[in-house]
Amino acid sequence: MPAEMEIDFLASSTRALGDPQLRRNFRRAMDGLLAKRAAVFPDPAEWTRLRALGGAIRAKNLLKLPELLEQLERSLTKNGITVHWARTTAQANRKVLELLRARGVTALVKGKSMVSEEMGLNHFLQEHGIESLESDLGEYIIQLDGEMPSHIIMPAIHKNKDQIARTFSQKIKDAKYTEEVDELTAMARAVLRRKFFEAGAGLSGVNFAVAETGTLCLVENEGNGRMSTHVPPLHIALMGLEKVVESLEEVAPLYSLLTRSATGQAISTYFNLISGPRAGGEQDGPREVHLVILDNGRARIFQDPELRATLACIRCGACMNHCPVYTRIGGHAYEAVYPGPIGSILTPQVEGVGLRHELPHASSLCGACAEVCPVQIPITHLLIRLRREASHRTAGTTVLEAGEARSRLEDLAWSVWGWVLSHPAAYRLSAWCATRFWRLLPEGAPVLAAWTRSRAKPRAAGQSLQERARAKGVPHV
Amino acid sequence: MAPREGGCPVREVYFYATCLVDLFFPDAGMAGIELLQSGGVRVVFPRGQTCCGQPAFNCGYWEEARAVALRQMALFPRDLPVVLPSGSCAGMMKVHWPELFHGQPEEARARALAGRVFELTQFLVDELDLKLEDLGEPVRVTLHPSCHAQRDQGVLDQPKALLRQLANVELAPLARERECCGFGGAFAVREPGLSEAMAGDKAEDARATGAALVLSTDGGCLMNIGGTLEKQGFGPAAQHIAQFLWERTHAR
Amino acid sequence: MSERDAILAELRAARPEGEAPARDFAVIEEKRWDPAERTARLMRGMSAVKTEFLEAGPSDWPRAVVDFVRRERLDSLLYGPATAEGRALAAAWPGEGPRLAPYDRPVETFKRELFDGIAAGFTTTLGGIAETGGLLLAPGPAEPRLLSLVPPVHLALLRADRIFDTLLQAFRELGWNRGLPANALVISGPSKTADIEQTLAYGVHGPKRLIVVLVR
Repeated sequence: MPAEMEIDFLASSTRALGDPQLRRNFRRAMDGLLAKRAAVFPDPAEWTRLRALGGAIRAKNLLKLPELLEQLERSLTKNGITVHWARTTAQANRKVLELLRARGVTALVKGKSMVSEEMGLNHFLQEHGIESLESDLGEYIIQLDGEMPSHIIMPAIHKNKDQIARTFSQKIKDAKYTEEVDELTAMARAVLRRKFFEAGAGLSGVNFAVAETGTLCLVENEGNGRMSTHVPPLHIALMGLEKVVESLEEVAPLYSLLTRSATGQAISTYFNLISGPRAGGEQDGPREVHLVILDNGRARIFQDPELRATLACIRCGACMNHCPVYTRIGGHAYEAVYPGPIGSILTPQVEGVGLRHELPHASSLCGACAEVCPVQIPITHLLIRLRREASHRTAGTTVLEAGEARSRLEDLAWSVWGWVLSHPAAYRLSAWCATRFWRLLPEGAPVLAAWTRSRAKPRAAGQSLQERARAKGVPHV
Repeated sequence: MAPREGGCPVREVYFYATCLVDLFFPDAGMAGIELLQSGGVRVVFPRGQTCCGQPAFNCGYWEEARAVALRQMALFPRDLPVVLPSGSCAGMMKVHWPELFHGQPEEARARALAGRVFELTQFLVDELDLKLEDLGEPVRVTLHPSCHAQRDQGVLDQPKALLRQLANVELAPLARERECCGFGGAFAVREPGLSEAMAGDKAEDARATGAALVLSTDGGCLMNIGGTLEKQGFGPAAQHIAQFLWERTHAR
Repeated sequence: MSERDAILAELRAARPEGEAPARDFAVIEEKRWDPAERTARLMRGMSAVKTEFLEAGPSDWPRAVVDFVRRERLDSLLYGPATAEGRALAAAWPGEGPRLAPYDRPVETFKRELFDGIAAGFTTTLGGIAETGGLLLAPGPAEPRLLSLVPPVHLALLRADRIFDTLLQAFRELGWNRGLPANALVISGPSKTADIEQTLAYGVHGPKRLIVVLVR
């Protein structure tokens, strides 16, 4: 995402809230995903145990992260997969470009990769004369429209059939207008089949990378992932450095948690385990496989023992599916690669908590996200933690732009609040004033105005509870 | 209301009002105290109570939150249950005070206290097994369980269990019962558009149940949902569950 | 300093402490079923996602495959001739009618035909997964990767006595947790998507049909 773009969450969320079509689309989609997930976790006791296992596996792997990455590199290299490391997205883009240029690739096909969105890879490659075609149907649709994904699992979730029908009829050569889902799918299949056939390279993400066996695990339903990674002669995989898992055994419960939490499926159509390029004797498969491991702020997040839990994420999307805020504004309003609750804790840490201070505050802290997180990330706690980091700079902090959203006015407000509430006499005086003079406070007063826009002004009672209780003889101690 | 069995000492509890109940819902607070008394409990009201500190904690102003929380902690020296007519404030004391004082000298005290903090309906059901007799006319009500009550305290069934005891009360569930009403404390004024949208949907849900009343364990949710319904001009009235239970079970 | 070294140095500087919480796999390991139940679960799980089943005995499954190909008017079936099953299939293949084509040379030599001229592909499997449904495959020299991907119909031979309770158990018993072939995979049904208004559509980029030839 271009850094110069002004980010104004209040404006973008207000726009989204004012779009009834968008709200309807998301409500319907989220309701469906909620129901599907609930159906595959019918037993609360089993869910508790499974997510405890998922949380423990991710926590343990994070504790060993540097060792596991080194082990992963060794195993992959032994298997014939070349490993590259990139600190920044710019470096990652350059590495990919070098790999493609060296082999004369002018057109590639992409399987779904959120890391590639972080990199802005498609745009970068296009600027350098290389066509990068999305093959996941949802990504393909939004690429045709020049949009960013609005959800990490279902990138075109904000679109309905007639919007997609229009896009296809306008942007695909010789395509007729149809809203039949099967026909639209067949169109995409035909276009992409040709591209799989011709592409000089295939790009993919990585759901889990197994350190012990040197294996890249890819989860998908459409088959475009396998096509992209097995047909072209070159396969480049992109991965955030937190995706490494120690053993294949540990992948099994994580895989089960991922498919169920993401789309309510007990199993995906394909679970593709890649441990090398075309081996001796194989008739197909890529000649070369490369993995680019991306940092982009993750090593920095890793420094903080509490915030490190952000890196446990397996990108299932359950948090955003259950979020009452996300449901009402959709993904684009966050103006970030990762939206929803996970985006609200990840984005400020990667881009700066000063720049992105609005995101941790865009939450009522209802806790629905933390409740469904399959790897037990304490999201509400991390939101509060990041609110603190935005307004306070602690010595030795590793959080990017810590304290840069500090407001003297807010400091003062909380100081006064703290003083009054630490001095019962002051509180009692304020309570007395409030109960007696509240009705004099105009609805349009600062702070109160935001409330009274859509709600009746709350009525202060004539007497506080303390007064009432005392009058009724409740013993005061 | 059956008297306590002979031989058991009368239970004693601290009652913590919470600032919203103190200022905006004192009737509900009094009802809570009287419900406890009707269960044979001796309720004592610590002087000098103000606020659990949650607003400052949620906004990242932890020094201020700690200062206030410390004052409150000192109000419960005896090993008695602390009962609150609010799921979110109970959650603050039980779950977040130990976090707030993590690594600080008061951490042990905060943890010890957490073990005896109860939201009101939780105490009435789990600790007192309070029996209720409905004296009111038939009415349909709906319940908004409040996020903190549900998720921090694990309270969802207790309010319903109390309502189910009332023979003339029909409890119609909200369509999206577990979804947040949009109060969120400071959230309501920081993100008014989002808060409004959530409150509006909750109000719509409440209306759709055909209930005469929407009940909650939490003052913040009540102000939010009730205030929205009132501004819109039609739909159920909002009432704190403590007040509703007391009024149903006691002739005026 | 290389990017690699810089990243690892920053990660190491964090010195993460603490005991890893206990990982209790019992919630998965407890899932055990008897053979009949395993088969039933696998069929249920896979049928729910539009997998089709042909049941046959150990000696007549090649005939069942031939009959299916004829019945469905598939003009060609690609297969791996170097496996025992491949040989059995070839032995049972009739002289005229649908063409049995071997995938025994590099894909580059017949890519166009593979993509446009083959109606179906046949593979063996290493087993199945009862808990959720699913087939385990290890493509390799004898049965190439694209055999189960490119042709629009995929016929997969599954022996009922090779169905594992869970994916975890399969990983352990197949020895994959110690090392895997260059490509291994799990397939649960024909390819699908719900990207258009969350409406399920089958036959996206992978095969439109998956037929499990279940041998008891």
